[in-house]
Amino acid sequence: MIKSSPLPTGVTVPVRDEERKVSNGGVQEGLVSIGLNAWYGRLLAIRNINIHFEPKHVTAIIGPSGCGKSTLIRCFNRLHETVPGARVSGQVLLDGKDIYSPGTDPVQLRRRIGMVFQRPNPFPTMSIFDNVATGIKLNGGMKGSRLAEIVERSLRHAALWDEVKDKLRNTGTDLSGGQQQRLCIARALAVEPEVLLMDEPCSALDPIATMKIEDLIRSLRETYMIVIVTHNMQQAARVSDFTGFMLAAEDRAGELIEFGPTPQMFTNPKDKRTEDYITGRFG
Amino acid sequence: MSTYATRKATNWIMLGLCGLCAITATVALIAILSYTIAKGAPAINLQFLTSLPQPVGETGGGISNAILGTLLLVGLACVIGIPVGLLAGIYLSEFGGHRFGSVVRFTADVLFGVPSIVIGMFVYALVVIRMGSFSALSGGIALAFIMMPIIARTAEESLRLVPTTIREAGLALGIPLWRTILSIVLPGALTGVVTGIMLGMARVAGETAPLLFTAFGNRLGFQGLDNPVAALPLQIYRYAISPYSDWQSQAWGAALVLIALVLITSVVVRILTRKRR
Repeated sequence: MIKSSPLPTGVTVPVRDEERKVSNGGVQEGLVSIGLNAWYGRLLAIRNINIHFEPKHVTAIIGPSGCGKSTLIRCFNRLHETVPGARVSGQVLLDGKDIYSPGTDPVQLRRRIGMVFQRPNPFPTMSIFDNVATGIKLNGGMKGSRLAEIVERSLRHAALWDEVKDKLRNTGTDLSGGQQQRLCIARALAVEPEVLLMDEPCSALDPIATMKIEDLIRSLRETYMIVIVTHNMQQAARVSDFTGFMLAAEDRAGELIEFGPTPQMFTNPKDKRTEDYITGRFG
Repeated sequence: MSTYATRKATNWIMLGLCGLCAITATVALIAILSYTIAKGAPAINLQFLTSLPQPVGETGGGISNAILGTLLLVGLACVIGIPVGLLAGIYLSEFGGHRFGSVVRFTADVLFGVPSIVIGMFVYALVVIRMGSFSALSGGIALAFIMMPIIARTAEESLRLVPTTIREAGLALGIPLWRTILSIVLPGALTGVVTGIMLGMARVAGETAPLLFTAFGNRLGFQGLDNPVAALPLQIYRYAISPYSDWQSQAWGAALVLIALVLITSVVVRILTRKRR
């Protein structure tokens, strides 16, 4: 479960970078941010975020509302910059390559880094099948039986196949909220990303649906690198290997306060503010 | 000082007034429709729909030239006006958040308010004088100018109703922005976009003023795009102000045909687009 190798703590990542590059033949696996800042117009939303996500691990980002958790993960698939007036500075490395380098096509990048949103957002005019197939079809992908195979595999992966296999032609919006969210996960999985970003995927769902999604996250962990933003500390404790705690500073810019293995974060946090948040003294 | 009883009475009076106004508005429509049917239906028969107009004094004759002309003019207006209007609407909704966008939006609103006869004069100066004659083409262009702002603004409004999260979902799948807009956002706004197109078509199908200087009208069939062409509103106008009772009743018949054409088109388009969803 928890790796015994030295773990990156947010602040020292750049140093560890150098060490790892040497030991790893020049390429560092996973997703790393170095000195990442993001703005909405003039408002600085996150400041100097240094964080490292490892492949085949689940990392949870917790923190009170407005601390920049969502903004942070939207920087990792370059969705942040699609908001008018928004911009980013700093570096984000995916397997050692800067995703903000001029040569990186954000469209190609987003095929490698999938995203699940806070509210289930299936495409309203499409059938269940088309919702899952769209990512492949609209990228000039395949047709016919190969496509049907991928749709089935993605729906199975998202633990939704048995519930929808007889009504693939119905519209996605006819499903219940929890089913819609799993449909959105299947849709993200269909394009075979390496990373799955989840922005509070359970906040609009009831406890049963939440439980199903959490089971799903645990099973997807075998294949994907998962980053999950959540309000729910119990959820972070249940599903994640690592946890990062964010908090907004005086000027409302979000900062990464502490990062570490989940058990340590919840039982023996190093920072007083993390302890206060986790024990429910504020937030 | 108001008591419960006076407040209740005020409520009833105001409610009654609102209801009365609602009925008046509906009565006007029903009156127009029933009067047109009563006066126009006797003039309509197969020959009326399929033959050309006869000279004054001869009985019979029809409005086939005008039906064909109106279909042609509205068709031309659609060919020019729908692509321009739709693309302008997409631009305004997806990329029009800045200063240039609001200038375009304001311009479209002003164009929408320009009296149609002024547009007719404009196209007369722009096209008719240069081509040297009245023509079907100039009529289609004039009608397209009237259509564009209607389609652009309704398309913009209905595209805006598609939630941002749907666009982000498309982008997050690695679908290029243009593909996301075309294949995901636009289908979501299809009903509204089609309503805008229908509104535009209905509006221009009944326009008379801009055609006076452009399509001009003729009493023969289709003579080519560079020659004058008849149109139902023009024919109605000329027949209705004529002193001959035969022509006047034909004007009622033509009016009924025009209303029916607009109604049938919009019903057919609605059915077609509903199936696609």
